[in-house]
Amino acid sequence: MVPTEAYVILSMVLFAMGTLGVLLRRNAIIVFMSVELMLNASNLALVAFSRQWQGVDGQLFTFFVMTVAAAEVAVGLALIVAIFRTKQSINIDELHLMEG
Amino acid sequence: MTPSGIDLNLGATLPAVFLALATTVLLLVDVFLPKERRHLTAWLAMGCIGVTFLLTLFTFNLQTTALSEMFIADNFTGFLNLIVLVSAAITILIGIDYMNRTGSARGEFWSLLLLSTSGVMFMASANDLVVVFVALELLSIPLYVMAAFRSNNPKSEESGMKYFILGAFASAFFVYGAALVYGATGTTNLSEIVTAVAGITASGGASLTYLVVGAGLIIVALGFKVAVVPFHMWTPDVYEGAPTPVTAFMSVGAKIGGFAALLRVLVTALPALVAGQSPDPVWMNTVMIIAALTMIVGNFVAVSQTNLKRMLAYSSIAHAGYILMAVAAAGNPLQADGAAQAALVYLLAYTFTNLGAFAVVSAIEKDDGTGTELTDLIGFARSKPLLAAMMVVFMFSLTGIPLTAGFTGKWFIFQSVIDAGLFPLAVVGVLTSVVSAYYYVRVIVNMYLTDGEGDPAAGATRYVNWAIYISFAGTLVLGLFPILASNLTQAVTLVALR
Repeated sequence: MVPTEAYVILSMVLFAMGTLGVLLRRNAIIVFMSVELMLNASNLALVAFSRQWQGVDGQLFTFFVMTVAAAEVAVGLALIVAIFRTKQSINIDELHLMEG
Repeated sequence: MTPSGIDLNLGATLPAVFLALATTVLLLVDVFLPKERRHLTAWLAMGCIGVTFLLTLFTFNLQTTALSEMFIADNFTGFLNLIVLVSAAITILIGIDYMNRTGSARGEFWSLLLLSTSGVMFMASANDLVVVFVALELLSIPLYVMAAFRSNNPKSEESGMKYFILGAFASAFFVYGAALVYGATGTTNLSEIVTAVAGITASGGASLTYLVVGAGLIIVALGFKVAVVPFHMWTPDVYEGAPTPVTAFMSVGAKIGGFAALLRVLVTALPALVAGQSPDPVWMNTVMIIAALTMIVGNFVAVSQTNLKRMLAYSSIAHAGYILMAVAAAGNPLQADGAAQAALVYLLAYTFTNLGAFAVVSAIEKDDGTGTELTDLIGFARSKPLLAAMMVVFMFSLTGIPLTAGFTGKWFIFQSVIDAGLFPLAVVGVLTSVVSAYYYVRVIVNMYLTDGEGDPAAGATRYVNWAIYISFAGTLVLGLFPILASNLTQAVTLVALR
């Protein structure tokens, strides 16, 4: 059986990749996908821990995370479309109307 | 956790559940209302808030858990529920005319506001990391939409987008932190985490590492939500771009929810997370450093702002720092209750004062969203003498001058910080309060002492005036009768209910 630590390390790597994606990428859709990667890394950790503890709490949490992520997608894509309509671009570096 | 019909205890959850259900009904009602009656939606929303307020009063003195121990109903919950309901009601008053005159009046705005309010209520009553997470999202997702609500305004859309990306980023941190805490303790229930933590700190090992990293990630995530340094970068842009009523609610509602969750998770679930010989929990030093940084950066950067909304954004960052001082003080187990009560009093004082200040901002704002520069206040004392006088009181209260609510709040906070023995933190708090006087007084100088043509203050309509009067009354009553605040919060204790 694969030890829980292996899953946790994999989830940490995925989480770090997601974090770097949010911080380094400029395309709003890619940034958004990176956030999803972070959420799914958490899901992986939750399910691995759930197996380790022989309980369902972690799996239950995973379903809530997936549902909320779906709600976030709906709002996020709507916002990206609204921005694209006014700016014809979804580069988040170009969002700088307010400074100071 | 043993699911059975008996421990659902739905009565205790009634206020929050009623508001969430009423909101979904309101959304449907708005669709079926004939066009000429659409303006009624805001008042229906106000009615929902009124009923929820009454239900909260009825359940105020409960000390029980519900929904298989995932939900907790105690005085802490009740008190925060009342504050957030009042702030939602004042936001509706500010918003009714504002949304109409800026051409963004839509019925779903009020449903979103109520959804976000119910999110704060669930957050205040969460006794499980799953509930904290879902409530956090229920609070945040409607706010993303509301921030971008002013259609065809690039600033508003930009504000919504920035809030969304950073909010989603913070949520991911929260989930990962919660996953690690679950990995260490084997439960997501806050009351069960308390008992598990004691064993883990005794044995150490990988579980302790998971727990410490998990607690750190949760602090980062909630720090984003309540806007503390160094997680505050989004705040000024989002506050400036969002419609002013939304900014007003965001500056109060999101902070109430975030601090409720911080207190619940850190003080009820992780008070025993100690390392080495020190009896204080490991998160206490971190929270202290963040609080000090927040007060320093918030107050000093606010000095150089020229836009009133931006200045109030930095001021709200600074106030998050003051409340965080109380969270740090709550790390001392002997002072936990006193510090939690201080945080509640401060939140109440801050709610009235900040909503009043933002109501005045919405009064001077022009229909196209401009007119919120500090120089736009010139002549305000001549065109609206009464409102200007009340703005003076709001600014005094934000500074913390005696006989205003802000002083009462600061008094309680400093007392709890000193009782907990955190003297350096108290010194930083007092010194930065002095700095804050500079930029708050500049508002008063612009209103009264600078010569110039008076601004008509087009936004000072009837309901906005009411919002200002109510906030003013709250600010003054709390300032004149501090005993009221201590009586209100006396019964509040933060313990893990089983």
